[in-house]
Amino acid sequence: MTTEIRKKVLALTGNEAYAYAMKQINPDVVAAYPITPATEIVQIFSKYVADGEVDTEFVPVESEHSAMSACVGASAAGARVMTATASQGLALMHEVLYVASALRLPIVLAEVNRALSAPINIHCDHSDTMGSRDAGWIQIYSENADEAYQSLFIALKIAERANIPAMVTMDGFIVSHGMEPVEILPDEKVRQFLGERKPLYTILDVEHPITIGPLDLTDYFFEHKRGQIEAIKEAKKVIPEVHREYNEFFGKNMPDFFEPYRMEDAEIAVISLGSASGTVREAVDVLREKGEKVGALRMRIFRPFPYEKLREYTGNLKVLSVMDRADSLATIGGPVFNEVRSWLYDLERRPFVMNFVYGLGGRDFFVEDALYIFEKLIKAAKGERPSELIEYVGVRE
Amino acid sequence: MSKLKGWKELAPGAIIEEAGNAVEFKTGDWRTQRPIFYPDKCKHCLFCWLYCPDSSILVEDGKVIGIDYDHCKGCGICVKVCPPKFSALEMVMEEI
Ligand code: SF4
Ligand code: SF4
Repeated sequence: MTTEIRKKVLALTGNEAYAYAMKQINPDVVAAYPITPATEIVQIFSKYVADGEVDTEFVPVESEHSAMSACVGASAAGARVMTATASQGLALMHEVLYVASALRLPIVLAEVNRALSAPINIHCDHSDTMGSRDAGWIQIYSENADEAYQSLFIALKIAERANIPAMVTMDGFIVSHGMEPVEILPDEKVRQFLGERKPLYTILDVEHPITIGPLDLTDYFFEHKRGQIEAIKEAKKVIPEVHREYNEFFGKNMPDFFEPYRMEDAEIAVISLGSASGTVREAVDVLREKGEKVGALRMRIFRPFPYEKLREYTGNLKVLSVMDRADSLATIGGPVFNEVRSWLYDLERRPFVMNFVYGLGGRDFFVEDALYIFEKLIKAAKGERPSELIEYVGVRE
Repeated sequence: MSKLKGWKELAPGAIIEEAGNAVEFKTGDWRTQRPIFYPDKCKHCLFCWLYCPDSSILVEDGKVIGIDYDHCKGCGICVKVCPPKFSALEMVMEEI
């Protein structure tokens, strides 16, 4: 059933879109600290608070470590909690990210991807969120402002159903400061879709006093972690379920784990995350014109890692390339490449997998760069395998 | 100690659902010295009860009746605060 919705489209930057979604969510608590390029999100949101447009308890803390700590406390009390950050800010939250996920607190973080220092840089790459890839959070990478806007609602619903925290990301400056049309969903519908949070437990229930975060030594720590791992497995089922509900409710067509493009008969494909994916699709069109069987696969959800879905797309592929906007700094290329390649290893039929690291510190990625990558892949498909599995695209020698 | 639970039996988020269950956790087993209580010397001033950081001085009707060795850590504070005139507590080495 699709619902009749009158469309309202606003020209918003990515940050404005995030803030607008937060206004519509109207969380109980937002605790945050400013950082480029995510500052505007909470700056705009604090205006909503000051103007009485939301009922949120806004906690302007003194650091991101405190921001996430305040979020943990509020979420444990049963509140619907959000925050926003980028880069070094996420790095400073790192310790507390693990606490939030292990305590099963569905905090939602609006993240803007920015390179980690040093050298100090304010532009986009994915090293920040890749750094927290094993913190037990759901990670949704958005390609544009409209998707980031919608993803916050989806993330919140997934998080609160699975009781796992979730971060939505967008590429710093490219999306966060670029203005795009965003289709605004009606306030009432958003509220209806999200409903009320039903917490697993709350510290404010005096009838049933509980202890949160006690010391857990050799006798029980492992069992508790095992339970958390299982909960994340369960979240993998919740993710497509919530996407289905969302698409039905709002008459949308939001892909869950992957967004495939011209993949049906493709023999060569590129996996990418975030804003560069449109550039890759452009290159696919150029090459399809020339009769090349190429396709693009945008990975939207990186955590939990969707290897089951990945395998559904790789059966016919001869060559696959993974584009990473971060490097592991361990001589093995980027993190997405390593996981994709590893999870294809035990298949009878698997493509040859290469890695292209691109766009570090905000370096632009052009259609020519994507075409260059495809050119390499086409050669590899013909048996001309490169001497190196990992290549750095767009860097001066 | 009761049988340890498997991961499927545990509450989500590693919370403890039961209030006050720390008493079930026998924390006295790493003690290297133990206080010995001499009831005949005790004047029940309750200094030891007041000072024991682990609530391990057992008191009934305002009178010390002994020591809770399941939780006593053997810190020796009770022995230190017991007035020398009474010396109703004494530290001895634990036998291993
Ligand atoms: S030795 Fe320490 S812990 Fe044990 S009863 Fe005395 S004061 Fe309490
Ligand atoms: S401090 Fe000594 S005298 Fe006083 S109650 Fe304790 S054991 Fe008895």
